[in-house]
Amino acid sequence: MGSQILRRVLGSPNSSRVFSSFNRPFSSSDFSSNMIRATLFPGDGIGPEIAESVKQVFRVAEVPIEWEEHYVGDQMDPRTQSFLTWESLESVRRNRVGLKGPMATPIGKGHRSLNLTLRKELNLYANVRPCYSLPGYKTRYDDVNLITIRENTEGEYSGLEHQVVRGVVESLKIITRQASLRVAEYAFHYAKTHGRERVSAIHKANIMQKTDGLFLKCCREVAEKYPEIVYEEVVIDNCCMMLVKNPALFDVLVMPNLYGDIISDLCAGLIGGLGLTPSCNIGEGGIALAEAVHGSAPDIAGKNLANPTALMLSAVTMLRHLELHDKADRIQNGILTTIAEGKYRTADLGGNSTTTDFTKAICDHL
Amino acid sequence: MAPRTLPILKQLLSKSSSYNPNLIGSRFAANRSVTYMPRPGDGAPRPVTLIPGDGIGPLVTGAVEQVMDAMHAPVYFERYEVHGDMNKVPEEVMESIRKNKVCLKGGLATPMGGGVSSLNVQLRKELDLFASLVNCFNLPGLPTRHENVDIVVIRENTEGEYSGLEHEVVPGVVESLKVITKFCSERIAKYAFEYAYLNNRKKVTAVHKANIMKLADGLFLESCREVATKYPGIKYNEIIVDNCCMQLVSKPEQFDVMFKTLPTGFHLNGGNAEAVTPNLYGNLVANTAAGIAGGTGVMPGGNVGADHAVFEQGASAGNVGHQKLVEQKKANPVALLLSSAMMLRHLQFPSFADRLETAVKRVISEGKYRTKDLGGDSTTQEVVDAVIAALD
Repeated sequence: MGSQILRRVLGSPNSSRVFSSFNRPFSSSDFSSNMIRATLFPGDGIGPEIAESVKQVFRVAEVPIEWEEHYVGDQMDPRTQSFLTWESLESVRRNRVGLKGPMATPIGKGHRSLNLTLRKELNLYANVRPCYSLPGYKTRYDDVNLITIRENTEGEYSGLEHQVVRGVVESLKIITRQASLRVAEYAFHYAKTHGRERVSAIHKANIMQKTDGLFLKCCREVAEKYPEIVYEEVVIDNCCMMLVKNPALFDVLVMPNLYGDIISDLCAGLIGGLGLTPSCNIGEGGIALAEAVHGSAPDIAGKNLANPTALMLSAVTMLRHLELHDKADRIQNGILTTIAEGKYRTADLGGNSTTTDFTKAICDHL
Repeated sequence: MAPRTLPILKQLLSKSSSYNPNLIGSRFAANRSVTYMPRPGDGAPRPVTLIPGDGIGPLVTGAVEQVMDAMHAPVYFERYEVHGDMNKVPEEVMESIRKNKVCLKGGLATPMGGGVSSLNVQLRKELDLFASLVNCFNLPGLPTRHENVDIVVIRENTEGEYSGLEHEVVPGVVESLKVITKFCSERIAKYAFEYAYLNNRKKVTAVHKANIMKLADGLFLESCREVATKYPGIKYNEIIVDNCCMQLVSKPEQFDVMFKTLPTGFHLNGGNAEAVTPNLYGNLVANTAAGIAGGTGVMPGGNVGADHAVFEQGASAGNVGHQKLVEQKKANPVALLLSSAMMLRHLQFPSFADRLETAVKRVISEGKYRTKDLGGDSTTQEVVDAVIAALD
């Protein structure tokens, strides 16, 4: 560990500045044979344990990633107005990739929530959640294979509310051309690079004609640039109903903020809950911050009972973003085989293995 | 019985001779309880405005007319043509609804992004139909992935995200106003609790996103909480909308356990659940709940205000259908038939409502005449004929 600290202190500030001038909008640069540096936020509660699992699996799989760990502080940093330090954010900006465990937002006033800080400071504009049924973990749906891409910065969650007069409140939903184009571009790019055939834009433009209408216009513009990908538009009511009746109908979904929130959680529910769902946030300049969307589960922290699947699958998403597809496939197959076998399952999947046993089983399957 | 149905009845009985019709009948016939005593003159036929609408609308409203006819129900329909691309609902239609107070309608197609505001929304606003109700439940005999579903979603129908107040600030930036008022939130909460009280529902759940939209949904929740204190016999809790959708699809059983640690959703085991929601979330939750219980082709619903009631297919997805369905005449009339049963109860004709409901449930459970969305291949007319045959 001493050598790691030495390496971090000495760092390679010069080289990172050179590489950051590459203008690759969506993928982080591949350093070919060099180790890729990635920021790791283990988080709270079960965070450190599952982060340890991920590190172990990556070590066994010989993934060329070097982790730079950052912890949430216990004092507010005035530069970021939250418990995340400026150094942590700088580290993500420098490395372009990160992995984040569950963070419990400290209660209190005067500071921004951790997720909000990350989102605003790193300009994370798209939230990507690949949802596919895990073979071997039986839910009511076993043919789910879709990606939800959600616009993450504006829409209904702009936070602009005010009380007009007593008893009347207005909340603003903002849709801009710039943000819609950005997320549509990412959605189509993602579909192309991952071999997906269809992109569906989810909207309610029959009622919210100007706002969702603008979103759809932007999606249509981008769709024209990708003629090989089928583009369709689905009203949100139909989408909800079709998702619960026949999720196989969808491939890639792109949506504004609120619908995205609801639909991505609905899709997580289809495959077994937030404990199994990977998620990745994409920021300007090709930053990718993969995260586990479940809670920090303080009641089982430290007891070696946590399920590291969500964080591991998120790390796989991160690898795909880095275009290390063969490593990503290996690890993903390892995870899926282990769960499918059923011999080693953590408590939330109905088994009684510990985190370490489960991790070891995955390593064996690599 | 209508003369057309006799040969069909013979056919039905001769085909399926493996079951005992008496047994089936007794399972579905309403047990006679203490009788409903009408006032003299209650049996006079009541006029109901009928709007066939677009797409599959005329097909399914036609189905209702046929069944009502076969039952000799004391309603007669005043038909008006309204189409989704009209600028506004014609004045004579509004007059008719105001006079009759009850309306049955098919879906109206809203042109996408076209600058014409939805006629469905217009109708609700003009008549001040502030509550939309969808009853999502498992139909016996219809296999779905989720069992024991029985949820009623009550949705605020006039304000919220669907206020229609949008404008372009500068080119490329559009704003939409979501308006929440205490007045509307209070009255929908009152309606929800009153409904629960009158229908013996044990629990009301408010669906919201107040962790993000603190003022707007916060106001909605405040109103719900106030009203909840007036109904101490009914349990009240709150759930965030994304969590709600997730729970609806993944593990409805875990609600009983999660009650202790998180705000829960609905008791899907054993029924008696009800949700009250602002406009947009209500739309999503209703369609999701309808989807898990068998699809929007079978869920009844309606819109009600202080003075008027409009009955239509419960959840809004697919209520206009698409071209192929219209051409092949394979739309599912069950949703509108069950909505018309709701309408009959609303008009205080409980026995006709029971007969219609029983007949529809019998046809669904037998499984021979089911439209495409339920996994069968029948046309609308075949289902209607089967329902008419099943009326007793």
